[in-house]
Amino acid sequence: MNIGKSIGLELGQSTRFAFGEELAALGDVFPTLVVVDGDVGNSTRTEVFGKKYPERFFNAGIAESNMVSMAAGLALSGHISVASSFAAFLTCNAYDQIRMGVGFPHANVKLVGSHCGISIGEDGPSQMGIEDLALMSSIPQMVVLAPCDGVSTRALTRKMLEYVGPVYMRTGRPDVPVIYKDGAAALEIGTANRVREGKDATIIACGLMVAIALEAAAELAKRGVECRVLDMHTVKPIDRAAIVAAARETGAIVTAEEHLLDGGLGSAVARVVTEEAPCKMAFVGVRDTYAESGKPEELLAKYGLTTAEVVAAVERAKR
Amino acid sequence: MTTAAGNGHPSSCLSASHIVTALYFGGFLRLDPKAPHAPDRDRFIMSKGHAAPILYAALAEKGVFSTDTLMGLRKIGDPLEGHPNVRRVPGVEASTGSLGQGLSIGLGIALAQKLAKNGARTFVLTGDGELDEGQVWEAAMAASKYKSDNLVAIVDRNHYQQTGPGDHVLPLEPLAAKWQACGWETYEIDGHDWAQVVGALSRACETKGRPTAILARTVKGFGVTRIVEDPGNKFHGVPLKAKEAEEAIQEIERA
Repeated sequence: MNIGKSIGLELGQSTRFAFGEELAALGDVFPTLVVVDGDVGNSTRTEVFGKKYPERFFNAGIAESNMVSMAAGLALSGHISVASSFAAFLTCNAYDQIRMGVGFPHANVKLVGSHCGISIGEDGPSQMGIEDLALMSSIPQMVVLAPCDGVSTRALTRKMLEYVGPVYMRTGRPDVPVIYKDGAAALEIGTANRVREGKDATIIACGLMVAIALEAAAELAKRGVECRVLDMHTVKPIDRAAIVAAARETGAIVTAEEHLLDGGLGSAVARVVTEEAPCKMAFVGVRDTYAESGKPEELLAKYGLTTAEVVAAVERAKR
Repeated sequence: MTTAAGNGHPSSCLSASHIVTALYFGGFLRLDPKAPHAPDRDRFIMSKGHAAPILYAALAEKGVFSTDTLMGLRKIGDPLEGHPNVRRVPGVEASTGSLGQGLSIGLGIALAQKLAKNGARTFVLTGDGELDEGQVWEAAMAASKYKSDNLVAIVDRNHYQQTGPGDHVLPLEPLAAKWQACGWETYEIDGHDWAQVVGALSRACETKGRPTAILARTVKGFGVTRIVEDPGNKFHGVPLKAKEAEEAIQEIERA
């Protein structure tokens, strides 16, 4: 992957690998932690935990509905319960089980969906989670996380397990650039992190799009436009203060997400902007379509998730 | 309760009456009414959540909360909602009402009981119409895999669902063979015969190495002639009128 190279970002671990390793590393820190997986543990990376703690790991088979409700039962018995599959299968197939078993009872279940977005590549649209943020945001009181690199994924995995209540975290398939080379221990659920300062516009991004936003900001700087970039790793509850400050201090906001434009990060930011500090906005995301098979960067280019698209969006928002 | 509420599913409660009574008052469910959240308690999940009133009645009769509260059923602000809500009612072990999920939640609880090595059991009551849901069979296979011998499924086989006879809606037979094929110890009983209900529950508690399914042949609206003799199933989700309810209670008390 070439994303981030132009601004000197080093390629690091995928968010799914970081999650899997950190989950296993935290097994003794959280003795009530149990993990349920839908027979994709070698993809979601929960298998690392499963090998270390076989008695606390349950492979529920290719049966996401039962898997989520089982996780709910374990949580209702006092466990911190992680349920994991591909984002698409977890959030789409088991949506009602999440509603009834996790959201409604406010159970201490951590849902982790891997293979989010379109950057999973060749396996194609049936495997791509492009609606997970919208679906999980529509569960009352669900925390929704979308970390951007391996380092912050590790930090947020720990925060997620410390938090009491339902959480959804999406992770991605490809190795991604390191944004937090100096560590991310200070990250807090619900608080956006400013990864670049700027006064002329703000790019609010999550996941892989944070690296692309930083590239766009570097490109815009050459044109005399200084962009603030926020890593909005928590899509819900959204950091209202950071959005209001961005609107008031920079006057234009662009959101960038590897997700449908409907109901994801952009929608959440727009609601805050509209209510509290109206300013011009533009949105980068998947536009009302399914993607296709292809190499990750070919797909990102074809479906408008590129540095050039973010640059153009900032220019639109500033007009 | 449903008559006072003006709506609800009395007929679905009556078919489960012997089963719920045997569990709570026949010595099967270890539940201290003064400590309904004790970690080592046995659990009961009313997976057919529309039969919530009989669960509430059993919990009140058991002393988990006062019988005076029962008439609050389905009223705004009252914890006794139309379907069970685990966050609002002590003794309710899972929020149900979206059919097909209770057995999976029960399996998760049964696995936790095994991890805790506390010897506790989980009983799940499902409707028979509920078995249309594919998730039930996912749970059946998974419970067998995990040899969850502390998990007991009881099927309220009343043969009626919302729009008519289940055998017309989505045929389930051969039902016992399905559970057996999934690896469950399976009993077919008359769900209104005390000896058979108690006998099957006793055997379920002794079974080692696999879960037990009790298929209880029941009658929707059992004990109330007006409902039982209604061939059109028009009482599904419909309460009795006040006078009808009085007559029904007299009929049940005479029996």
